[in-house]
Amino acid sequence: MTTSRVISRNATSSELDADYKWGFTIDIESDLAPKGLNEDIVRLISAKKEEPEWLLEWRLNAFRHWLKLKFQAPKWANVEYPPIDYQDIYYYAAPKSDAPKSLDEVNPEILEAFEKLGIPLQERERLAGVAVDAVLDSVSVATTYKATLEKQGVIFCPISEAVRTHPELVQKYLGSVVPYSDNFYATLNSAVFSDGSFVYIPKGVRCPIELMTYFRINQADSGQFERTLIIAEEGSYVSYLEGCTAPARKTHQLHAAVVELVALDNSEIKYSTLQNWFPGDKDGKGGVYNFVTKRGIAHKNAKISWTQVETGSAITWKYPSVILDGDNSVGEFYSVALVNNHQQADTGTKMIHKGKNTRSTIVAKGISAGQGNATYRGLVKVLPSANGAKNFTQCDSLLVGDKCGAHTVPYIEVKNPTAQMEHEASTSKVSDDQLFYCQQRGMSVEDAHFMIINGFCRGIFQELPFEFAMEASQLLKVSLEGAVG
Amino acid sequence: MPASEKNATPMLSIKGLTASAGDLEILKGIDLDVFAGEVHAIMGPNGSGKSTLANVLAGRPDYTVTGGEVLFQGVSLLELEPEIRARMGLFLAFQYPLELPGVRAWQFLKAGVDARRIHNGEEEMSAREFDQMLKAKIVEVQIDPDLIKRAVNEGFSGGEKKRNEVLQMAVLQPKLALLDETDSGLDIDALRIVSEGVNNLRSPENAIILVTHYQRILDYITPNHVHVLFDGRIVRSGGPELAQELEEKGYDWIKDTVDAGV
Ligand SMILES: Nc1ncnc2c1ncn2[C@@H]1O[C@H](COP(=O)(O)OP(=O)(O)OP(=O)(O)O)[C@@H](O)[C@H]1O
Ligand SMILES: [Mg+2]
Repeated sequence: MTTSRVISRNATSSELDADYKWGFTIDIESDLAPKGLNEDIVRLISAKKEEPEWLLEWRLNAFRHWLKLKFQAPKWANVEYPPIDYQDIYYYAAPKSDAPKSLDEVNPEILEAFEKLGIPLQERERLAGVAVDAVLDSVSVATTYKATLEKQGVIFCPISEAVRTHPELVQKYLGSVVPYSDNFYATLNSAVFSDGSFVYIPKGVRCPIELMTYFRINQADSGQFERTLIIAEEGSYVSYLEGCTAPARKTHQLHAAVVELVALDNSEIKYSTLQNWFPGDKDGKGGVYNFVTKRGIAHKNAKISWTQVETGSAITWKYPSVILDGDNSVGEFYSVALVNNHQQADTGTKMIHKGKNTRSTIVAKGISAGQGNATYRGLVKVLPSANGAKNFTQCDSLLVGDKCGAHTVPYIEVKNPTAQMEHEASTSKVSDDQLFYCQQRGMSVEDAHFMIINGFCRGIFQELPFEFAMEASQLLKVSLEGAVG
Repeated sequence: MPASEKNATPMLSIKGLTASAGDLEILKGIDLDVFAGEVHAIMGPNGSGKSTLANVLAGRPDYTVTGGEVLFQGVSLLELEPEIRARMGLFLAFQYPLELPGVRAWQFLKAGVDARRIHNGEEEMSAREFDQMLKAKIVEVQIDPDLIKRAVNEGFSGGEKKRNEVLQMAVLQPKLALLDETDSGLDIDALRIVSEGVNNLRSPENAIILVTHYQRILDYITPNHVHVLFDGRIVRSGGPELAQELEEKGYDWIKDTVDAGV
């Protein structure tokens, strides 16, 4: 096998773009498993986490299945990158100290790092009302607001902890929405996932606060493979948010996460993502490869909505999906994807209508700047059983400059004649006249761009919880710096 | 009464200004002095260069200045970026205001106000103070508050866009306002309201240049000077009576006198 080194050691953030505000590394000794992937590594990960036998078996099955795929990642996406050497990656990296039991035990350096990221771990911090689970490299560092949530019976903890404390729930639902054989990256994740968040909302409970997980890749050359599982029991509601950053590194980092959502009858899950993984520098060096499988199943009258603002990663390959299984279930997808410099994004959604009178809404906004290339790829599938299914899809692209590209690839498969499908698409440019209009009112060219782009995204930002809408808009601004003006 | 040439330097002084778009020469030598406290009306047939003049003063990139000089408050204007001119207090009400989909009017206007304040060494305006000021201006120019909740000009009717320009002018309180056919496309009530908005801005410190085709707005806003622009040149200047004369005789009269070399 000949592969180029894609994920390799060293290179500090100082050599790279000073522009990436989140590009510092945290100096903590890592507990690293040796590089490379084999059965022993899978066993080691499982042993480190003191996992039960069934989970080890599940991982091993995934690993054996992955071997059969012969390192063949899917090729249909509109992204280009040199082959990844999967034996040159660390599959397990944990901060050295043992898992902390309370906030007081968390390494101050880690706390400081999260503070730099603007993520409050202290319970009385700025974003009061948000429970945060911070995942640094592969291990959950601290979870705030435990007590408040416990009172309502809400479980919000690292998935590794849930395996110990609520094994029956994990065993019942893990892999139930995204089976380990689902796709190349999901299979890899199933074999080596290290941590992630677990959420369980009991029957009839409306989760009183927003739940948030913050992911950060710190270790150089490490892959990050989180696994998130959210279960909303009948008639419950939860709003969950994940934020992601990574240090600026000269080499690429691999991120292959799996998220599974289970929305039981009459429940609602709102899942929001702000993704700002390091996108690579201006010449396309470094950056995170983000290959993510996100899927939810909506039972009777249940609703799942995905809202995402993605400004980071060198490559994004991501299609949050909803299986509209129960009658009258609802799926929504609201997305802003920004690509700048040499970023590539192939992203979209899948809505699979099975139940009667199921409805889905897709609003995808793509912004391309610099030499960025954005592809929207969406599938709407209506199965024969889905009488009265309805879909509305709107894809808008905004081009900033003339070296970037935007592509829309909608797939529609309708097997039921009563289905109603609506599709709208538009491509626009930030016009010189619009810029001049803003300038004439006193704005700089850069601020004018930012204002127009923000306006373009307004419908999506409205779907985010308020604080995060502000953060999302700030994120866009930072990501656009240098591209305009 | 406006300041006269004797005791003041002009707020805006245009000398021998020529400008083109691509290969087309549009302004062929404009001379004009505007003093604080004055209102100048610029009239002239379609395509004579009125909008070009207003846009060149505001710094629109579509035009190339090929000669001449412009001083605004003593500063050479033509080298400045459009946003700097705006921050110095130059405002252009567009003949065709642009739509900014999704952009909140509130944010748009506050960005303009703050940019100008920072330019003048002041602090940004607090959200509350701005809110109150905006509400007062909405009442003053009698614009439908629901329009302001929408995105800037998105889906506005022609007349609504013009009224929105007047609101922006009232909020930004420019030193020099260039109104490019703000009266076109307005119904009779709107014309009166817009005129009041302009008259409210009128003060010994400010100046207004009004581009118009119609005498009727000048019934509400009495100009100190009226100029006729013809083929890129100011061919005639006078008092309010000149507008009256144009209304009666049309532009052919001007054309004839120009052709005759008068
Ligand atoms: N950006 C441009 N590119 C090419 N030609 C232009 C441009 N702007 C103006 N022109 C031309 O210059 C001439 C003057 O245009 P301008 O818009 O200044 O006229 P105006 O006096 O404002 O006319 P109206 O009364 O119709 O608004 C016209 O012939 C017009 O076609
Ligand atoms: Mg004009």
